[in-house]
Amino acid sequence: MSSTLQELYGRKGRTVTDRDAQEITRIEEVSYELRTADVMNRDLKCLAPTNTMRDVFNVLHKSHISGVPVLESDSLVGIISQEDLMRAFADGDQDAPISKYMTKKVMTVKSYEPVIRALEIFSNTKVGRLPVVDENNALVGMLTKGDITRGVLVAIQKDYQDEEIRRYRASHLFEDIISDRTSLILRYKIKPRDFDSGGQASSHIKRALLRLGASPQLARQCGIAVYEAEMNLVIHSTNGGVLRIQVEPRRILMQTSDDGPGIPDVSKALQPGWSTASDLARSMGFGAGMGLVNIKRCVSKMEIESSPKGTKLFMEINLRSDETFKAPPGSSEAPGV
Amino acid sequence: MKLSEIVEHAKGEVLNPSVYSEYSDREIIGGCGADLMSDVLTGVKPGAVLLTGLCNPQVIRTAEMADVYAVVFLRGKKPTREMIELATQKNIPLVSSEMGMFQLSGRLCKAGLHSLESNWKGIHE
Repeated sequence: MSSTLQELYGRKGRTVTDRDAQEITRIEEVSYELRTADVMNRDLKCLAPTNTMRDVFNVLHKSHISGVPVLESDSLVGIISQEDLMRAFADGDQDAPISKYMTKKVMTVKSYEPVIRALEIFSNTKVGRLPVVDENNALVGMLTKGDITRGVLVAIQKDYQDEEIRRYRASHLFEDIISDRTSLILRYKIKPRDFDSGGQASSHIKRALLRLGASPQLARQCGIAVYEAEMNLVIHSTNGGVLRIQVEPRRILMQTSDDGPGIPDVSKALQPGWSTASDLARSMGFGAGMGLVNIKRCVSKMEIESSPKGTKLFMEINLRSDETFKAPPGSSEAPGV
Repeated sequence: MKLSEIVEHAKGEVLNPSVYSEYSDREIIGGCGADLMSDVLTGVKPGAVLLTGLCNPQVIRTAEMADVYAVVFLRGKKPTREMIELATQKNIPLVSSEMGMFQLSGRLCKAGLHSLESNWKGIHE
Protein backbone atom coordinates (compact mmCIF):
# COMPACT_ATOMS: atom_id res chain seq x y z
CA MET A 1 0.00 0.00 0.00
CA SER A 2 1.36 3.42 -0.88
CA SER A 3 2.11 5.80 1.95
CA THR A 4 -0.41 8.23 0.50
CA LEU A 5 -3.24 5.77 0.89
CA GLN A 6 -1.97 4.75 4.29
CA GLU A 7 -2.21 8.32 5.47
CA LEU A 8 -5.56 8.90 3.88
CA TYR A 9 -7.11 5.90 5.54
CA GLY A 10 -5.32 6.60 8.83
CA ARG A 11 -3.54 3.27 8.87
CA LYS A 12 0.04 4.46 9.10
CA GLY A 13 1.93 2.41 11.66
CA ARG A 14 -0.89 -0.10 12.00
CA THR A 15 -0.69 -3.55 10.51
CA VAL A 16 -3.15 -4.13 7.72
CA THR A 17 -5.17 -7.09 8.88
CA ASP A 18 -7.80 -9.56 7.74
CA ARG A 19 -9.01 -9.47 4.20
CA ASP A 20 -8.44 -5.79 3.60
CA ALA A 21 -4.94 -6.14 2.15
CA GLN A 22 -6.28 -7.34 -1.16
CA GLU A 23 -9.12 -4.86 -1.19
CA ILE A 24 -6.73 -2.00 -0.54
CA THR A 25 -4.66 -3.05 -3.53
CA ARG A 26 -7.86 -2.80 -5.53
CA ILE A 27 -8.56 0.61 -3.95
CA GLU A 28 -5.12 1.66 -5.09
CA GLU A 29 -5.86 0.46 -8.62
CA VAL A 30 -9.20 2.24 -8.64
CA SER A 31 -7.48 5.43 -7.49
CA TYR A 32 -5.38 5.31 -10.63
CA GLU A 33 -8.27 4.38 -12.93
CA LEU A 34 -10.83 6.93 -11.73
CA ARG A 35 -10.54 10.53 -12.90
CA THR A 36 -11.20 13.40 -10.52
CA ALA A 37 -14.13 14.37 -12.79
CA ASP A 38 -15.72 10.95 -12.06
CA VAL A 39 -15.97 11.56 -8.32
CA MET A 40 -16.08 15.35 -7.87
CA ASN A 41 -19.09 17.30 -6.67
CA ARG A 42 -20.53 19.19 -9.66
CA ASP A 43 -23.15 21.05 -7.68
CA LEU A 44 -21.07 24.19 -7.23
CA LYS A 45 -21.80 26.90 -4.67
CA CYS A 46 -19.59 29.91 -5.37
CA LEU A 47 -19.09 33.29 -3.76
CA ALA A 48 -17.38 36.55 -4.84
CA PRO A 49 -14.50 38.20 -2.93
CA THR A 50 -16.83 41.08 -2.11
CA ASN A 51 -19.35 38.85 -0.33
CA THR A 52 -19.18 39.00 3.47
CA MET A 53 -18.19 36.33 5.94
CA ARG A 54 -21.84 36.26 7.02
CA ASP A 55 -22.71 35.19 3.46
CA VAL A 56 -20.19 32.40 3.83
CA PHE A 57 -21.91 31.27 7.02
CA ASN A 58 -25.30 31.23 5.26
CA VAL A 59 -24.06 29.20 2.30
CA LEU A 60 -22.15 26.66 4.39
CA HIS A 61 -24.99 26.28 6.83
CA LYS A 62 -27.66 25.91 4.17
CA SER A 63 -25.75 23.53 1.91
CA HIS A 64 -24.05 21.45 4.64
CA ILE A 65 -20.63 21.93 3.09
CA SER A 66 -17.36 23.02 4.67
CA GLY A 67 -15.89 25.36 2.07
CA VAL A 68 -16.62 27.19 -1.18
CA PRO A 69 -14.53 28.49 -4.07
CA VAL A 70 -14.31 32.23 -4.55
CA LEU A 71 -14.79 33.49 -8.11
CA GLU A 72 -14.12 36.88 -9.62
CA SER A 73 -15.45 37.30 -13.18
CA ASP A 74 -15.41 33.55 -13.66
CA SER A 75 -11.84 32.98 -12.58
CA LEU A 76 -10.86 31.25 -9.36
CA VAL A 77 -9.25 33.71 -6.97
CA GLY A 78 -9.52 31.94 -3.64
CA ILE A 79 -11.17 29.42 -1.40
CA ILE A 80 -12.99 30.05 1.86
CA SER A 81 -13.67 27.40 4.48
CA GLN A 82 -15.26 26.75 7.86
CA GLU A 83 -11.91 27.36 9.55
CA ASP A 84 -11.64 30.82 7.98
CA LEU A 85 -15.18 31.52 9.10
CA MET A 86 -14.34 30.59 12.69
CA ARG A 87 -11.36 32.94 12.65
CA ALA A 88 -13.57 35.79 11.38
CA PHE A 89 -16.25 35.09 13.98
CA ALA A 90 -13.65 34.91 16.73
CA ASP A 91 -12.47 38.36 15.64
CA GLY A 92 -16.08 39.59 15.63
CA ASP A 93 -15.51 40.35 11.98
CA GLN A 94 -18.66 38.83 10.41
CA ASP A 95 -19.15 41.69 7.96
CA ALA A 96 -15.62 41.67 6.56
CA PRO A 97 -15.30 40.82 2.85
CA ILE A 98 -14.31 37.27 2.01
CA SER A 99 -11.10 38.55 0.40
CA LYS A 100 -9.77 39.34 3.89
CA TYR A 101 -9.94 35.76 5.15
CA MET A 102 -9.84 33.55 2.06
CA THR A 103 -6.86 31.42 1.05
CA LYS A 104 -5.54 33.09 -2.08
CA LYS A 105 -3.00 30.57 -3.19
CA VAL A 106 -5.38 27.86 -4.31
CA MET A 107 -4.24 24.39 -5.23
CA THR A 108 -6.25 22.75 -7.95
CA VAL A 109 -6.44 19.43 -9.78
CA LYS A 110 -7.31 18.92 -13.42
CA SER A 111 -10.54 17.13 -14.20
CA TYR A 112 -8.69 14.55 -16.32
CA GLU A 113 -6.10 13.71 -13.63
CA PRO A 114 -6.42 10.42 -11.74
CA VAL A 115 -7.88 10.45 -8.24
CA ILE A 116 -4.50 9.34 -6.85
CA ARG A 117 -3.14 12.81 -7.76
CA ALA A 118 -5.76 14.44 -5.52
CA LEU A 119 -4.98 11.93 -2.76
CA GLU A 120 -1.33 12.92 -2.94
CA ILE A 121 -2.21 16.57 -2.51
CA PHE A 122 -4.52 15.79 0.41
CA SER A 123 -1.86 13.80 2.19
CA ASN A 124 1.05 16.16 1.49
CA THR A 125 -0.73 19.40 2.37
CA LYS A 126 -3.30 20.55 4.89
CA VAL A 127 -6.01 21.34 2.35
CA GLY A 128 -9.38 19.77 2.93
CA ARG A 129 -10.94 20.46 -0.46
CA LEU A 130 -9.68 20.90 -3.97
CA PRO A 131 -11.25 22.86 -6.82
CA VAL A 132 -11.28 20.79 -10.02
CA VAL A 133 -10.55 22.72 -13.22
CA ASP A 134 -10.76 21.75 -16.88
CA GLU A 135 -8.03 22.13 -19.51
CA ASN A 136 -8.86 25.89 -19.78
CA ASN A 137 -8.55 26.31 -16.02
CA ALA A 138 -12.28 26.89 -15.68
CA LEU A 139 -13.79 25.61 -12.44
CA VAL A 140 -15.93 22.50 -13.03
CA GLY A 141 -16.28 20.94 -9.58
CA MET A 142 -15.08 20.53 -6.00
CA LEU A 143 -13.41 17.52 -4.45
CA THR A 144 -13.08 16.39 -0.81
CA LYS A 145 -11.71 13.18 0.71
CA GLY A 146 -15.31 12.18 1.31
CA ASP A 147 -16.12 12.49 -2.41
CA ILE A 148 -13.13 10.24 -3.19
CA THR A 149 -14.10 7.60 -0.64
CA ARG A 150 -17.65 7.52 -2.01
CA GLY A 151 -16.43 7.31 -5.62
CA VAL A 152 -13.97 4.53 -4.86
CA LEU A 153 -16.57 2.51 -2.95
CA VAL A 154 -19.06 2.82 -5.80
CA ALA A 155 -16.41 1.65 -8.29
CA ILE A 156 -15.46 -1.35 -6.15
CA GLN A 157 -19.08 -2.30 -5.59
CA LYS A 158 -19.56 -2.24 -9.36
CA ASP A 159 -16.50 -4.50 -9.84
CA TYR A 160 -17.90 -6.96 -7.36
CA GLN A 161 -21.27 -7.03 -9.06
CA ASP A 162 -19.64 -7.48 -12.47
CA GLU A 163 -17.72 -10.56 -11.25
CA GLU A 164 -20.88 -11.95 -9.62
CA ILE A 165 -22.82 -11.47 -12.83
CA ARG A 166 -20.05 -13.08 -14.90
CA ARG A 167 -19.97 -16.07 -12.59
CA TYR A 168 -23.75 -16.27 -12.62
CA ARG A 169 -23.95 -16.14 -16.41
CA ALA A 170 -21.14 -18.66 -16.90
CA SER A 171 -22.51 -21.09 -14.33
CA HIS A 172 -25.90 -21.16 -16.04
CA LEU A 173 -24.49 -21.64 -19.51
CA PHE A 174 -25.32 -25.31 -19.72
CA GLU A 175 -28.76 -24.91 -18.18
CA ASP A 176 -29.78 -21.92 -20.25
CA ILE A 177 -28.72 -23.16 -23.65
CA ILE A 178 -30.71 -26.08 -24.89
CA SER A 179 -29.34 -28.21 -27.68
CA ASP A 180 -28.84 -31.87 -28.43
CA ARG A 181 -25.22 -31.49 -27.56
CA THR A 182 -23.80 -28.34 -25.97
CA SER A 183 -20.08 -27.95 -25.66
CA LEU A 184 -17.77 -25.08 -24.96
CA ILE A 185 -14.39 -25.15 -26.67
CA LEU A 186 -11.37 -23.30 -25.35
CA ARG A 187 -8.22 -23.25 -27.48
CA TYR A 188 -4.72 -22.11 -26.53
CA LYS A 189 -1.49 -21.87 -28.55
CA ILE A 190 1.50 -23.05 -26.56
CA LYS A 191 4.97 -21.75 -27.39
CA PRO A 192 7.99 -24.05 -27.19
CA ARG A 193 10.61 -23.45 -24.45
CA ASP A 194 8.64 -20.53 -22.98
CA PHE A 195 9.09 -21.42 -19.34
CA ASP A 196 7.97 -17.99 -18.15
CA SER A 197 4.43 -18.18 -19.45
CA GLY A 198 4.20 -21.97 -19.52
CA GLY A 199 1.24 -22.88 -17.35
CA GLN A 200 -0.72 -19.73 -18.14
CA ALA A 201 -3.21 -21.57 -20.37
CA SER A 202 -3.83 -24.14 -17.64
CA SER A 203 -4.35 -21.33 -15.17
CA HIS A 204 -7.00 -19.78 -17.45
CA ILE A 205 -8.65 -23.17 -17.89
CA LYS A 206 -8.83 -23.81 -14.17
CA ARG A 207 -10.46 -20.44 -13.57
CA ALA A 208 -12.91 -20.93 -16.45
CA LEU A 209 -13.98 -24.28 -15.00
CA LEU A 210 -14.52 -22.77 -11.56
CA ARG A 211 -16.60 -19.99 -13.11
CA LEU A 212 -18.62 -22.56 -14.99
CA GLY A 213 -19.51 -24.10 -11.65
CA ALA A 214 -17.04 -27.00 -11.47
CA SER A 215 -16.22 -28.26 -7.98
CA PRO A 216 -12.75 -27.28 -6.67
CA GLN A 217 -11.74 -30.94 -6.86
CA LEU A 218 -12.76 -31.29 -10.51
CA ALA A 219 -11.05 -28.00 -11.41
CA ARG A 220 -7.89 -29.22 -9.67
CA GLN A 221 -7.95 -32.60 -11.43
CA CYS A 222 -8.34 -30.94 -14.85
CA GLY A 223 -5.86 -28.23 -13.93
CA ILE A 224 -3.12 -30.73 -13.10
CA ALA A 225 -3.78 -32.82 -16.23
CA VAL A 226 -3.70 -29.88 -18.64
CA TYR A 227 -0.74 -28.32 -16.84
CA GLU A 228 1.36 -31.46 -17.31
CA ALA A 229 0.20 -31.64 -20.93
CA GLU A 230 0.94 -27.95 -21.50
CA MET A 231 4.43 -28.34 -20.00
CA ASN A 232 5.04 -31.34 -22.28
CA LEU A 233 4.43 -29.02 -25.24
CA VAL A 234 6.72 -26.37 -23.75
CA ILE A 235 9.48 -28.89 -23.02
CA HIS A 236 9.35 -31.37 -25.89
CA SER A 237 7.58 -30.01 -28.97
CA THR A 238 9.61 -28.60 -31.86
CA ASN A 239 7.27 -25.72 -32.71
CA GLY A 240 4.92 -25.63 -29.76
CA GLY A 241 1.37 -26.87 -30.14
CA VAL A 242 -2.28 -26.41 -29.36
CA LEU A 243 -4.13 -27.15 -26.15
CA ARG A 244 -7.86 -27.63 -26.68
CA ILE A 245 -10.50 -28.14 -24.01
CA GLN A 246 -14.06 -29.13 -24.72
CA VAL A 247 -16.40 -28.67 -21.79
CA GLU A 248 -19.69 -30.55 -21.88
CA PRO A 249 -22.32 -30.95 -19.17
CA ARG A 250 -21.25 -34.52 -18.42
CA ARG A 251 -17.59 -34.66 -19.39
CA ILE A 252 -14.48 -32.67 -20.21
CA LEU A 253 -12.35 -33.54 -23.22
CA MET A 254 -8.80 -32.24 -23.31
CA GLN A 255 -6.38 -32.56 -26.16
CA THR A 256 -2.90 -31.41 -27.07
CA SER A 257 -1.41 -31.64 -30.53
CA ASP A 258 1.96 -30.73 -31.97
CA ASP A 259 3.98 -31.36 -35.14
CA GLY A 260 6.95 -33.18 -33.72
CA PRO A 261 9.34 -34.65 -32.86
CA GLY A 262 7.10 -37.38 -31.43
CA ILE A 263 7.64 -39.66 -28.46
CA PRO A 264 10.31 -42.26 -29.35
CA ASP A 265 8.76 -45.01 -27.26
CA VAL A 266 5.24 -44.44 -25.92
CA SER A 267 5.23 -47.47 -23.64
CA LYS A 268 8.43 -46.28 -21.98
CA ALA A 269 7.00 -42.76 -21.65
CA LEU A 270 4.18 -44.24 -19.62
CA GLN A 271 6.59 -45.72 -17.09
CA PRO A 272 7.16 -43.59 -14.01
CA GLY A 273 10.59 -41.98 -14.03
CA TRP A 274 11.37 -42.34 -17.73
CA SER A 275 12.14 -38.99 -19.34
CA THR A 276 13.91 -37.41 -22.29
CA ALA A 277 13.67 -33.89 -20.90
CA SER A 278 16.52 -31.44 -21.40
CA ASP A 279 18.67 -30.09 -18.59
CA LEU A 280 16.79 -26.80 -18.92
CA ALA A 281 13.44 -28.51 -18.36
CA ARG A 282 14.93 -30.41 -15.42
CA SER A 283 16.22 -27.18 -13.93
CA MET A 284 12.62 -25.93 -14.05
CA GLY A 285 11.54 -28.85 -11.90
CA PHE A 286 10.19 -30.99 -14.73
CA GLY A 287 11.42 -34.01 -16.57
CA ALA A 288 11.01 -36.34 -13.62
CA GLY A 289 9.28 -38.73 -15.96
CA MET A 290 6.00 -38.37 -14.14
CA GLY A 291 4.05 -36.21 -16.60
CA LEU A 292 2.01 -38.81 -18.45
CA VAL A 293 1.77 -41.01 -15.36
CA ASN A 294 0.37 -38.06 -13.53
CA ILE A 295 -2.12 -37.20 -16.24
CA LYS A 296 -3.36 -40.77 -16.31
CA ARG A 297 -4.11 -40.60 -12.61
CA CYS A 298 -6.18 -37.43 -13.04
CA VAL A 299 -8.35 -38.43 -16.00
CA SER A 300 -10.89 -41.15 -16.76
CA LYS A 301 -9.32 -42.01 -20.10
CA MET A 302 -6.03 -41.13 -21.83
CA GLU A 303 -4.82 -41.98 -25.32
CA ILE A 304 -1.64 -41.09 -27.16
CA GLU A 305 -0.93 -41.15 -30.88
CA SER A 306 2.66 -40.34 -31.67
CA SER A 307 4.90 -40.41 -34.72
CA PRO A 308 7.88 -38.30 -35.78
CA LYS A 309 5.31 -36.04 -37.49
CA GLY A 310 3.65 -35.17 -34.23
CA THR A 311 1.91 -36.23 -31.07
CA LYS A 312 -1.75 -36.10 -30.13
CA LEU A 313 -2.71 -36.62 -26.53
CA PHE A 314 -6.38 -37.19 -25.70
CA MET A 315 -7.69 -36.93 -22.19
CA GLU A 316 -11.22 -37.33 -20.95
CA ILE A 317 -12.77 -36.78 -17.56
CA ASN A 318 -16.26 -38.11 -17.05
CA LEU A 319 -18.17 -36.20 -14.45
CA ARG A 320 -19.79 -38.01 -11.58
CA SER A 321 -23.54 -37.51 -11.41
CA ASP A 322 -23.16 -35.03 -8.54
CA GLU A 323 -20.48 -33.11 -10.42
CA THR A 324 -22.38 -31.83 -13.41
CA PHE A 325 -21.90 -28.16 -14.25
CA LYS A 326 -24.58 -26.21 -12.56
CA ALA A 327 -25.02 -23.09 -10.55
CA PRO A 328 -23.47 -23.38 -7.10
CA PRO A 329 -26.06 -23.58 -4.32
CA GLY A 330 -27.45 -20.25 -3.22
CA SER A 331 -27.00 -18.55 -6.57
CA SER A 332 -30.32 -19.47 -8.12
CA GLU A 333 -31.32 -15.82 -8.11
CA ALA A 334 -29.58 -13.29 -10.29
CA PRO A 335 -27.60 -10.88 -8.14
CA GLY A 336 -29.28 -7.51 -7.75
CA VAL A 337 -28.06 -5.07 -10.36
CA MET B 1 -0.97 -25.54 12.12
CA LYS B 2 -1.45 -21.89 11.25
CA LEU B 3 0.60 -20.37 8.44
CA SER B 4 2.03 -17.84 10.90
CA GLU B 5 3.38 -20.71 13.06
CA ILE B 6 5.07 -22.26 10.03
CA VAL B 7 6.73 -18.93 9.26
CA GLU B 8 7.95 -18.85 12.87
CA HIS B 9 9.34 -22.39 12.74
CA ALA B 10 11.07 -21.56 9.45
CA LYS B 11 12.40 -18.27 10.85
CA GLY B 12 11.08 -17.19 7.50
CA GLU B 13 10.82 -13.92 5.68
CA VAL B 14 7.39 -13.21 4.16
CA LEU B 15 7.83 -12.10 0.55
CA ASN B 16 4.32 -10.86 -0.30
CA PRO B 17 2.98 -9.30 2.92
CA SER B 18 -0.33 -8.20 1.35
CA VAL B 19 -1.36 -11.80 0.66
CA TYR B 20 0.23 -13.06 3.85
CA SER B 21 -1.74 -10.69 6.06
CA GLU B 22 -4.88 -12.15 4.59
CA TYR B 23 -3.90 -15.76 5.11
CA SER B 24 -1.59 -15.76 8.17
CA ASP B 25 -4.32 -17.37 10.28
CA ARG B 26 -5.19 -19.97 7.69
CA GLU B 27 -4.95 -23.58 8.83
CA ILE B 28 -2.29 -25.45 6.86
CA ILE B 29 -3.31 -29.08 6.78
CA GLY B 30 0.08 -30.61 6.10
CA GLY B 31 3.37 -30.36 4.28
CA CYS B 32 5.14 -31.46 1.14
CA GLY B 33 8.82 -31.14 0.23
CA ALA B 34 10.03 -31.42 -3.36
CA ASP B 35 12.33 -29.93 -5.96
CA LEU B 36 10.58 -31.74 -8.78
CA MET B 37 7.28 -30.07 -9.57
CA SER B 38 5.94 -33.23 -11.17
CA ASP B 39 6.33 -34.91 -7.81
CA VAL B 40 4.22 -32.20 -6.23
CA LEU B 41 1.57 -32.57 -8.92
CA THR B 42 1.59 -36.34 -8.53
CA GLY B 43 1.06 -36.56 -4.86
CA VAL B 44 0.16 -33.56 -2.87
CA LYS B 45 -3.31 -33.15 -1.38
CA PRO B 46 -4.95 -29.69 -1.31
CA GLY B 47 -4.08 -27.39 1.56
CA ALA B 48 -0.35 -28.09 1.96
CA VAL B 49 2.65 -25.89 2.52
CA LEU B 50 5.26 -26.65 -0.15
CA LEU B 51 8.93 -26.61 0.89
CA THR B 52 11.19 -26.37 -2.13
CA GLY B 53 14.73 -25.63 -3.20
CA LEU B 54 13.52 -24.80 -6.69
CA CYS B 55 13.01 -21.15 -7.50
CA ASN B 56 11.25 -20.40 -10.81
CA PRO B 57 7.79 -19.40 -12.09
CA GLN B 58 6.73 -23.02 -12.48
CA VAL B 59 6.76 -23.40 -8.69
CA ILE B 60 3.97 -20.82 -8.51
CA ARG B 61 2.03 -22.44 -11.38
CA THR B 62 2.36 -25.81 -9.72
CA ALA B 63 1.19 -24.40 -6.39
CA GLU B 64 -1.83 -22.90 -8.14
CA MET B 65 -2.77 -26.12 -9.91
CA ALA B 66 -2.27 -28.33 -6.86
CA ASP B 67 -4.09 -25.96 -4.45
CA VAL B 68 -0.96 -25.49 -2.36
CA TYR B 69 -1.71 -22.90 0.36
CA ALA B 70 1.81 -21.48 0.78
CA VAL B 71 5.35 -21.92 -0.56
CA VAL B 72 8.58 -21.80 1.48
CA PHE B 73 11.78 -21.34 -0.54
CA LEU B 74 14.67 -23.01 1.23
CA ARG B 75 18.35 -22.12 1.73
CA GLY B 76 17.60 -18.41 1.51
CA LYS B 77 16.47 -18.54 -2.09
CA LYS B 78 14.54 -15.49 -3.22
CA PRO B 79 12.11 -15.53 -6.14
CA THR B 80 12.16 -12.78 -8.76
CA ARG B 81 9.76 -9.83 -8.64
CA GLU B 82 7.72 -11.36 -11.48
CA MET B 83 7.29 -14.57 -9.51
CA ILE B 84 6.20 -12.67 -6.41
CA GLU B 85 3.70 -10.70 -8.50
CA LEU B 86 2.32 -13.88 -10.03
CA ALA B 87 1.93 -15.48 -6.60
CA THR B 88 0.24 -12.35 -5.27
CA GLN B 89 -2.21 -12.46 -8.17
CA LYS B 90 -2.97 -16.09 -7.35
CA ASN B 91 -3.25 -15.38 -3.61
CA ILE B 92 -0.35 -17.67 -2.69
CA PRO B 93 1.78 -16.51 0.27
CA LEU B 94 5.55 -16.87 -0.35
CA VAL B 95 8.17 -17.28 2.37
CA SER B 96 11.95 -17.48 2.21
CA SER B 97 13.85 -19.48 4.85
CA GLU B 98 17.56 -19.99 5.45
CA MET B 99 16.93 -23.60 6.48
CA GLY B 100 17.47 -26.67 4.33
CA MET B 101 14.82 -29.18 3.28
CA PHE B 102 15.71 -31.84 5.88
CA GLN B 103 16.01 -29.35 8.69
CA LEU B 104 12.72 -27.57 8.12
CA SER B 105 10.76 -30.74 7.28
CA GLY B 106 12.05 -32.23 10.54
CA ARG B 107 11.12 -29.19 12.57
CA LEU B 108 7.60 -29.03 11.14
CA CYS B 109 7.00 -32.79 11.54
CA LYS B 110 8.18 -32.60 15.14
CA ALA B 111 5.81 -29.70 15.76
CA GLY B 112 2.96 -31.91 14.58
CA LEU B 113 2.52 -31.03 10.90
CA HIS B 114 1.59 -34.10 8.86
CA SER B 115 2.82 -35.11 5.45
CA LEU B 116 0.44 -34.47 2.56
CA GLU B 117 2.77 -36.27 0.13
CA SER B 118 2.01 -39.58 -1.43
CA ASN B 119 4.17 -42.02 -3.30
CA TRP B 120 3.45 -42.40 -6.97
CA LYS B 121 0.83 -45.08 -6.44
CA GLY B 122 -1.12 -42.44 -4.58
CA ILE B 123 -0.74 -43.75 -1.06
CA HIS B 124 -0.78 -40.96 1.47
CA GLU B 125 0.94 -41.30 4.80
